[in-house]
Amino acid sequence: MNGPKHTSASSSSGEKQSWLDDTQNIDKIFWGVIFLSVILMLLEPFYYKKPYFSFEGSFGFYGWFSFLACAGLVLVARSLGRVFERGEEYYDADRNSGEDNR
Amino acid sequence: MLWGIPPGLLLILGVLLVPLLPGAWRKAYMTILPLAGLWALAGAETGVFYTFTFFTYEIAPVRIDGLSLVFGYIFHIAAILSVVFAWHNNDTVEQMAGLAYAGSGIGAVFAGDLITLFIYWEAMATTSVFLIWARRSDSAFRAGMRYLIIQVGSGVLLLSGAILMAHQTGSVAFDKMTLGNLATWLILIAFGIKCAFPFFHNWLPDAYPEASVTGTVFLSAFTTKCAVYVLARGFPGTELLIYVGAAMAAFPLFYAAIENDLRRVLAYSLNNQLGFMVVGVGVGSALAINGVAAHAFAHILYKSLLFMAMGAVLYRVGTVKASELGGLHKSMPLTTIFCIIGAASISTPLFAGFIAKSLTLSAAAKDGYPVIWLILMFASAGVFLVSGVKIVYFAFFANDGGKRCKEAPLNMQIAMGLTAILCVVIGVYSPWLYSLLPNDVAYEPYTLSHVINQLQTLIFSALAFALLIRFKFYPPAVNSIYLDFDITYRKWLPVLYKWIVSLVSPGWKSMLQDLRNGLHRMVAYMFRHHGPEGILARTWPTGSMALWVALLLGGFLLIYYS
Repeated sequence: MNGPKHTSASSSSGEKQSWLDDTQNIDKIFWGVIFLSVILMLLEPFYYKKPYFSFEGSFGFYGWFSFLACAGLVLVARSLGRVFERGEEYYDADRNSGEDNR
Repeated sequence: MLWGIPPGLLLILGVLLVPLLPGAWRKAYMTILPLAGLWALAGAETGVFYTFTFFTYEIAPVRIDGLSLVFGYIFHIAAILSVVFAWHNNDTVEQMAGLAYAGSGIGAVFAGDLITLFIYWEAMATTSVFLIWARRSDSAFRAGMRYLIIQVGSGVLLLSGAILMAHQTGSVAFDKMTLGNLATWLILIAFGIKCAFPFFHNWLPDAYPEASVTGTVFLSAFTTKCAVYVLARGFPGTELLIYVGAAMAAFPLFYAAIENDLRRVLAYSLNNQLGFMVVGVGVGSALAINGVAAHAFAHILYKSLLFMAMGAVLYRVGTVKASELGGLHKSMPLTTIFCIIGAASISTPLFAGFIAKSLTLSAAAKDGYPVIWLILMFASAGVFLVSGVKIVYFAFFANDGGKRCKEAPLNMQIAMGLTAILCVVIGVYSPWLYSLLPNDVAYEPYTLSHVINQLQTLIFSALAFALLIRFKFYPPAVNSIYLDFDITYRKWLPVLYKWIVSLVSPGWKSMLQDLRNGLHRMVAYMFRHHGPEGILARTWPTGSMALWVALLLGGFLLIYYS
């Protein structure tokens, strides 16, 4: 048997604080990602591109396309999720009632 | 070949010894077996071996060439890593099933004819289902049954196609095929089921998250990549596959983005990565087929690593639901690092996925498919978001779920560490993986523009994620499931069946009742006349008989003389 070994317990107050427990540090990461994004866009004029398609050569194509792709993906998925979301017992509930009907 | 035993069969036959060996010896043996197979394969010559004639058909159990070798290598490596990850597990059935399943997958990629392929194809299905059942839960049992029916069904289609093909061409050789008749369509659908084509894909996100902690690591490597191999072997350059693959690369991401079970998120993103490979098969150029092989190689490694990390979490915490996790980097720092390496290996420069996936993207671009290329770009950014950032964020960071546990067992750490090292080595030193590829194509992944463009893709994906999380646009993890195409056979078909039964059954019942009533009336009528009280069943005294006879005779006499 491949059973899980549960060793979880509630968080103790004497625990060592993680760097990420400080919300200021989370802000640092957030601004760090924005900073990196800006830097990568500033690099655009300074390297030679060899695009296969004309739109690929547009300014910062990989950056803005990926941003829109990811934001679009999540927002569309969120709307779809509202339609397709069901309780975890969705299939089981039906099965049990089926057995009861027998 | 080791002691003249064909690759794959070595593992399958070797499994028979597993239950006879005690504890530590068994683990050593199970690790050495695929290592020996890999060593034997490394020195193998190309060619077709062990051919024989069965009735009139030429059977080629082992065909070693560039394409089968690269899949053979990675299947052995995956078997070794999966075995190490499962060292702590003493379930004999699971141990045997895992190795036999790996052996069947290896056997299948070296099969030179459709009959041998069919045998290994079904062996993969029947051995792997035990890895799902090994979870020993009711839902795992039912998911396993659904999985088995679909997998065996794929084998039946393959056999039907092979028989038709043998009838039409007189040969069962497994070579490049052209779509156009029923035989090749049946074979393509059989391959497509195992490759999780759209609408055939549900067995994958249904069964993989239900399998045991160690079982899913085995499962993630073989079945689908074997399907990719047979597609690359049988249908390279089939244009239809480009569109099928593009659909596969895109739509599972929407599920992966919102799904709560993190192993199901990985299963959906596995489906998306298969889409890349199927597009590569559809393009079919030398560069594209190299891309397929390289991507399969790298993907097996980083997807195993991600499944290992989630397996370790499941093993320690007892759940991989995003809604119940978070903050685990405090308890499982090493697993966190390995998971981040797995996520980075999807497409970050200096990691395995970067040097592999770009081959397929370049091949699609070179052959002039701008729309397909854009879909792949979308999928490339999306998969990093859902399979990389989301998994790492929800499991190890996010809001601290308050779960505290021990770090993963040592053997899991070793397996994850080895896989992570391979991901990095392959990514840093690209010529090694490229030297294993079937076609001789020069390709340089580390050009300045390629590296910058890829970093832009990744950082802007991360930026999108960061903004969505910060402004609470990212859907929160909740305990729920999301309906997929499997609702057709898990809900609608049973409901349709019940509806038909409810429609037919009153009529059927009243017809039966009418029949029964008629029968009752007939029996009652017969009973009235023939029953104990019936007029025709009465017992008459002999005397009355004699009296009636005498009266009759008297009557005759009177008539006669009158």
